[in-house]
Amino acid sequence: MSDVAVEAPARRERKVLTERARAERKLAWTLCAPAAIVMIAVTAYPIAYAIYLSLLRADLRFPSERTWVGLTNYITVLSAKLWWLDLGHTALITVVSVALELVLGMLLALVMHRAIFGRGLIRTSALIPYGIVTVVAAFAWRFAWSSAEGGFVPKVLGFGFDPTATTEGFWNYVVVILTEVWKTTPFMALLLLAGLTLVPEELLEAAKVDGATAWQRFWRITVPLIKPAILVALLFRTLDAFRIFDSVFIISNGNNPNIESVSVLGYNELLNRLNLGVGSAISVLIFLCVALIAFLFVKGFGTSLSQQRGE
Amino acid sequence: MTRRYFGWGSANFVVFVAAMFPVFWILMLSLKDPTTLGDGRLWPAKFSWENYKGIFQQSVFTDALRNSIFIALIATFIAVILASAAAYAIARLDFPGKTAILTAALAIAMFPPISIVGPLYNMWRNLGLFDTWLGLIIPYMTFTLPLAIYTLSAFFREIPWDLEQAAAVDGATPFQAFTKVIAPLAAPGVFTTAILVFIFAWNDFVFAVSLTSTPHAQTVPAAISQFPGASQFQQPTGSIAAASMVVTVPIVIMVLLFQRRIVAGLTAGAVKG
Repeated sequence: MSDVAVEAPARRERKVLTERARAERKLAWTLCAPAAIVMIAVTAYPIAYAIYLSLLRADLRFPSERTWVGLTNYITVLSAKLWWLDLGHTALITVVSVALELVLGMLLALVMHRAIFGRGLIRTSALIPYGIVTVVAAFAWRFAWSSAEGGFVPKVLGFGFDPTATTEGFWNYVVVILTEVWKTTPFMALLLLAGLTLVPEELLEAAKVDGATAWQRFWRITVPLIKPAILVALLFRTLDAFRIFDSVFIISNGNNPNIESVSVLGYNELLNRLNLGVGSAISVLIFLCVALIAFLFVKGFGTSLSQQRGE
Repeated sequence: MTRRYFGWGSANFVVFVAAMFPVFWILMLSLKDPTTLGDGRLWPAKFSWENYKGIFQQSVFTDALRNSIFIALIATFIAVILASAAAYAIARLDFPGKTAILTAALAIAMFPPISIVGPLYNMWRNLGLFDTWLGLIIPYMTFTLPLAIYTLSAFFREIPWDLEQAAAVDGATPFQAFTKVIAPLAAPGVFTTAILVFIFAWNDFVFAVSLTSTPHAQTVPAAISQFPGASQFQQPTGSIAAASMVVTVPIVIMVLLFQRRIVAGLTAGAVKG
């Protein structure tokens, strides 16, 4: 590249490409093409197909009765109480778990960052929940809390009821949220740790010399400096939590209306009731919700986010 | 000083117990004698291998284990190759459309899988991909490509590529320069990415439960969610616990061996992507 810049800087600006730059572009496109094609073919095409299906009356039990119905499926979903209830459940699970994860994840990140011994042990044990299969984690928590399935928790806490029974709405949430927090706090902590390692040690030392307490150093120096990392972690976890499926599906054993999330609703409509039209409308609505959350984050904290990405 | 050690010691202890306790509980549950599964005890009254013997005698589980292993390995292999090519271009070459690719990857990282489960279910049935290995490999590699591209391009940017020219000056052929100099430098990043991709594919439930229906392609997470009890009156708790431990072992081994790499991979992709 350097010879290009020396020989013809003016030409480059007029977008006349040298032989070499053209070859470089061609190579780059060839290298990126397979990945790009796969990503587009497996996400963009199906989502377009989902939009198309959502405008049809498409019920797999009656394949011949496929007709164009416009926005009827969306009206069906949006005027049903179930959609709003499930959206509420999903929002509640998302907000509570992400808030808890942020606090616990920050503590964990600080421990990982500062521990004067046993760092390897801490990181290794924190990665176990991150790596474990979500279905396994959900079963572990369900079995532990379910009196009917021999759980020890109700016995230890002296409960006279089964916290996983559908009559115990509050406790159903406790189990789902604890599972989610246990499983994903390490991921949050690792993203925050990435930010913590970038905080200059001298700055903290200087503040210490000037008499700042640990609490002040954390809030006045560390938090402002790692704000971009916090936002990225929050964005990723919020979107991830909003899509919650595995743990709700396992803990509710497929059907517990108290904690049903929008993803589980979509799944049931598509694969149990085989109603592709209404199911696809739900899929598209979930997609729009996720896009809206991402948009709000980027709009609200755009500069901090691109700072984090080093742009 | 002793107080500081004590403080950190307790912090470490709390993290360790919080992280490991649920795993310990499911391990103990899997080791309970089938007659004592419902006793609500943490420590088994009677230890036995019955649950493990049970699942390995059922083809439902052994088939699922085979499917899980091969599907995850193949998806990892393809995803890492495609992502390496793209990440090399992103890290080293100058071309229009780089930002577009990174943005598309970021968008897919945020994409809700449930949104395409319906269309894929329909398409796969028409294409004959429903309930096949390929039917799962395709979505797995797609959804891991963004993570793989971000992680790999972060690693590739750190490689001192000038060494390639230095080797050429010293008389190495381009092939030698690549295999002897660049490949060994790139290997740790590629390996780390492979671990992360494998964990994703090994973990997935949404696609597995929607796009498969028989032991032909069902993976372990999907299979254990549908385990039947030995009889109508018996719950499959013991089998599920034992199967859970079996699929957790590879994860524990990977974490123990490659803790440093996994942490580096996850943080590299997040900061420098």
